Amino acid sequence: MIQELAATTATTPAAGLVLELSGVTVSFDGLAVLDGLDFSMADGELRFLIGPNGAGKTTMLDVITGRTRPRAGSVRYDGHVDVTTRQEHELVRLGIGRKFQTPAVFRSLTLFENLEVASTFKQAWPSFLRKLRGAERDRIMDTLETIGLAYRAHDIAGELSHGELQWLEIGMLLVQEPKLLLLDEPVAGMTRPERDKTGQLLRSIAGRHSILVVEHDMAFVREYAQTVSVLHLGKLLSEGPVQAVQSDPKVVEVYLGHRHER
Amino acid sequence: MTIPSLLRMRGATGAAIVGFAILAILPPFLSDFQVSLLAKFVCFAVVAVSLDLIWGYAGILSIGHGVFFGLGAYAFGMYLKLEAAGQKLPDFMAWSGLTALPWFWQPFANPLVAIAMAVAIPMFVGAVLGLATFRSGITGVYFSIVTQALALIFATLLIGQQPYFGGTNGLTNFSTAFGFPLIDANVQFNLYYVVLAGLALALSICFALTRSRFGLLLVALRDDPRRLRAFGYNPVAVNVLVFTISAGLAGMAGAMFAPIVGIVSPAMIGVVPSIEMVIWVAVGGRGTLLGPIIGAILVNGAKSSLSESFPLIWQYFLGALFIGSVLFFPNGIYGISRTIQRGWSTLGRRSAQQPTQERLPTLEPGRPSP
Repeated sequence: MIQELAATTATTPAAGLVLELSGVTVSFDGLAVLDGLDFSMADGELRFLIGPNGAGKTTMLDVITGRTRPRAGSVRYDGHVDVTTRQEHELVRLGIGRKFQTPAVFRSLTLFENLEVASTFKQAWPSFLRKLRGAERDRIMDTLETIGLAYRAHDIAGELSHGELQWLEIGMLLVQEPKLLLLDEPVAGMTRPERDKTGQLLRSIAGRHSILVVEHDMAFVREYAQTVSVLHLGKLLSEGPVQAVQSDPKVVEVYLGHRHER
Repeated sequence: MTIPSLLRMRGATGAAIVGFAILAILPPFLSDFQVSLLAKFVCFAVVAVSLDLIWGYAGILSIGHGVFFGLGAYAFGMYLKLEAAGQKLPDFMAWSGLTALPWFWQPFANPLVAIAMAVAIPMFVGAVLGLATFRSGITGVYFSIVTQALALIFATLLIGQQPYFGGTNGLTNFSTAFGFPLIDANVQFNLYYVVLAGLALALSICFALTRSRFGLLLVALRDDPRRLRAFGYNPVAVNVLVFTISAGLAGMAGAMFAPIVGIVSPAMIGVVPSIEMVIWVAVGGRGTLLGPIIGAILVNGAKSSLSESFPLIWQYFLGALFIGSVLFFPNGIYGISRTIQRGWSTLGRRSAQQPTQERLPTLEPGRPSP
């Protein structure tokens, strides 16, 4: 029912689900990494995904981006796109952007040029010989403004610090105007001020994009998350506001209870 | 080490214009022999530019570019051979017992077809090779080895085809091109300017490509091909496209080379010449487009004078030059000149800025001084 609704009201996304996984199963060598996973996210939501190592978080992102095909179950994006039948780069063009754990930008190019390459991904070959239009330049500068790196626009990306590289990569995704943004541990290895800046950045862009953040850093999750989903052994263990999830006995036992408590 | 800062270097246009002006006014001061020699070097410079486009920018090292150069040279050489033979069968075919002109030789009687083929055939071979290798994920060193193998195969194939391509001797005894006698010093003098125009064309194409967003894409491809795919591009398409363009330019160089030297043989296009082409680019400075031109002319100039003075050991000089440039001057001659230039300007700026040196760096948005 919901799917039908979403399909008919695809032009008014506020009503729909941006992502809906049901009964998704992935197994490697007989071991179920995702085990009948059900998960959904509303349009414009900022969602955090946590879970102990091996819970299947990265595999879930791989499924959503078309890198890994589930053995069973369905993955719907934007109400009507059947993710399991699409190629990886097709999904990028349909608006699913993903940031990997390690920062990967084009280090010999300037920040502006990095965003330039990212922003023109839908253009045809001949247009690569013409100069950027004013509106395209403005969009790139706006994005640099959003990630707080406008003052370094013409520096070489290879000179950036770890935190700045992560922001630049988020900017490269933002400039592609994705509908769904997947971030895999965006604050790993960041200093405290960098972490806070990242949290504020995520808050400022939520609403315009639906964002799913995989995170290990519980302090960060407590501070910036509203809704949290906990993954354990390939299943959804708990979901809800941070406080509720934190006090959920199941969660305390498998995850917050032992070594990850900080 | 990052070369692409040169990508944004607009001063290169000025340097190119000065360089072309020098090359254009040189011939009247040279002997006829030297003019032909310089024309030959300028052809090599076109190959060097084509090689730099893929190696310096996209990070694809081809050590088989002699193949594309050779395909171009043979294509135009076939026309020259047919014009020299007139109504008769080319001499080497008659010696090998052929009685009629093979079908694939016939279109080359038309010089315009031959010129078009000299560019189209290398592009076709380049596209096929590129698709076959890049699509199956063969890049980097493995791709280089494949190109090297191609050079070996191609040279061996030509040597084996005595009746169709003249075997080891190749195509010789050209007499005229478009009716002009090739031994005439005036014709050679004018050919030099044709070749120089060819270099200008090749350089313009490469400047246009590398300074546009296509150039950014090439550098992005070199930095991280997998990431480029994750941003929605198909890296295979970019690789194949740039490799095909490079092959076409190398073919054009070969076509211009044939009437200047008057002979096209497998010895010019095998493994060793292909490696020499890489040396020109490395010595001149890769990723600069102008450096390889300087490299091609200087290395070949040195080669011809050294091989006269030290006929037995000149190749050691060439090897030492290559090793020396890779070890000590990774950005080549062009890189050295840039370093000196930058050193001068920072010296100048420092002395001018002495009083305000205590100033803190500003964090205001805006373009930092270049």
